[in-house]
Amino acid sequence: MALYSEKVMDHFYNPRNVGVIENADGVGEVGNAICGDIMKIYLKIDNNVITDVKFETFGCGSAIASSSMATELIKGKPLSEALTLTNKAVAEALDGLPPHKMHCSVLAEEAIKAAVMDYYDKNGISYDRTQFPDCGSCEHCGHCTEG
Amino acid sequence: MKVYADNAATTKMSRASIDAMLPYMDEEYGNPSSLHSAGQRAAEALQRARETIAKYLGCDAKEITFTSGGSEADNQAILSAAAAGRKKGKKHIISTAFEHHAVLHTLKKLEKQGFEITLLDVHENGVISPEQVASAIRSDTCLVTVMYANNEIGTVQPIAEIGAVCREKGVLFHTDAVQAAVHVLIDVRKQNIDLLSVSAHKFHGPKGAGALYARKGVILTNVIEGGAQERGKRAGTENIPAIMGMAAAFEESCLAMEENNAKMSAMRDRLIDGLSGIPYSILNGDRFYRLPGIVNFCFEGIEGESLLLLLDQKGIYASSGSACTSGSLDPSHVLLAIGRPHEIAHGSLRLSLSVYNTDEEIDHILKAVPAVVEYLRGMSPLWRDLETGKRKHILK
Ligand SMILES: Cc1ncc(COP(=O)(O)O)c(C=O)c1O
Ligand SMILES: [Zn+2]
Repeated sequence: MALYSEKVMDHFYNPRNVGVIENADGVGEVGNAICGDIMKIYLKIDNNVITDVKFETFGCGSAIASSSMATELIKGKPLSEALTLTNKAVAEALDGLPPHKMHCSVLAEEAIKAAVMDYYDKNGISYDRTQFPDCGSCEHCGHCTEG
Repeated sequence: MKVYADNAATTKMSRASIDAMLPYMDEEYGNPSSLHSAGQRAAEALQRARETIAKYLGCDAKEITFTSGGSEADNQAILSAAAAGRKKGKKHIISTAFEHHAVLHTLKKLEKQGFEITLLDVHENGVISPEQVASAIRSDTCLVTVMYANNEIGTVQPIAEIGAVCREKGVLFHTDAVQAAVHVLIDVRKQNIDLLSVSAHKFHGPKGAGALYARKGVILTNVIEGGAQERGKRAGTENIPAIMGMAAAFEESCLAMEENNAKMSAMRDRLIDGLSGIPYSILNGDRFYRLPGIVNFCFEGIEGESLLLLLDQKGIYASSGSACTSGSLDPSHVLLAIGRPHEIAHGSLRLSLSVYNTDEEIDHILKAVPAVVEYLRGMSPLWRDLETGKRKHILK
């Protein structure tokens, strides 16, 4: 389908890093079922470096492709670098997303941040909360009644 | 294998329809409004097409107005009834929550102009009852518009009974028969229908051609102003090739209705039986009051667009009512109208058949869909929560 770039379709048909990390160091879940997309990111962190990452996504083609691309972009990277990943960078790495699908890349950025925040919380590491999404964010729609 | 299972969106043109169009794009290109014989031959062809459409609707050729399709016919039917109502101070219209947007958006427009719109709730099985219509009719009701069959879930409405209610109460009755045409027996007189819309591309005719039946005595208001075509009710040089294609397709399909319905409903029932085997799935719309070609399921824990893309990869063309496929934030208003929660409505799949589908294609669909659903559930955090009991299943 010409709706999406070849990159998006590649990551959709062959998603990288799908799955679960048992005993993950950080887990982030954003979105909700009512909106039609949920993204969950699992991080393994060693010495402030993301040594492994997996995702599970309930959502459309671009949501799955965005999760896949985002996990590739942060794998093996220091946390500080992963936190600078923007949704724009995810979308660009996918050779663009249709305008009404940009929220899917936002979810990918926020899922990573939520997972890092979870890691900080679990380990008593202090951080600037304002730098992080404040709910399982889905501001793109009016149904945010969960989490 | 390529399987086109999106016939509710549009259909392949039949050979008979294409053949009926060709001469009017080639040697017979006259304008029916012209006085010379080339024009008059076109006018005669137009008249033949009108008679054909009228014959299979059970009305008079004079009661048929050609339009650019189903949307225009719906717009004109509703705006005409509203204009007549306004003159008498009757500004209440009854419709249903699961109409096509061609109807709903026209009603929205009228609402802004001071009309009061009652949208009847749709029962969970996707069927409206004549009693609901009867109890909603008021002294200032000028129109009831209820679709003959729903385009997403395929449920067929008790149109004759609703027609009888409307006639008894003296209220105009319009039905959008865009999906129903050629699959149900339409007889506008017996069924007390005052206005009815059809669209050629849903029954193997060309895109951009439709017809509006308006009972003699029902005054139409123009949607398109200009020349005196269509008795002055729809300006613009008639799209003769498309109209000829529509008439040929309509006649062909109406003549073969019984045979086509039998073939299609056998394939449809195989799909319903097969897909019902997928755990935590549900058929949308009544099992029996349904068109022979439409199957619509919801699968818990997955999203419709990704389902469609994976089916596309396997050569299966289908559609979904998920928000992501509509480009809006909400899933299908039809699925919401029959009471499906948002999270369930996102995981919908519509397979719509035509007489050109085959049993081998049904086999292919029945193999592909369960595999794709399972694959997507395998990567869905929502499904994991359902399976681990962190969340309660909504479907059985
Ligand atoms: C029930 C219904 N009404 C109206 C329409 C609009 O018809 P058209 O595409 O010819 O404008 C459609 C098709 O999309 C339909 O399914
Ligand atoms: Zn999406």
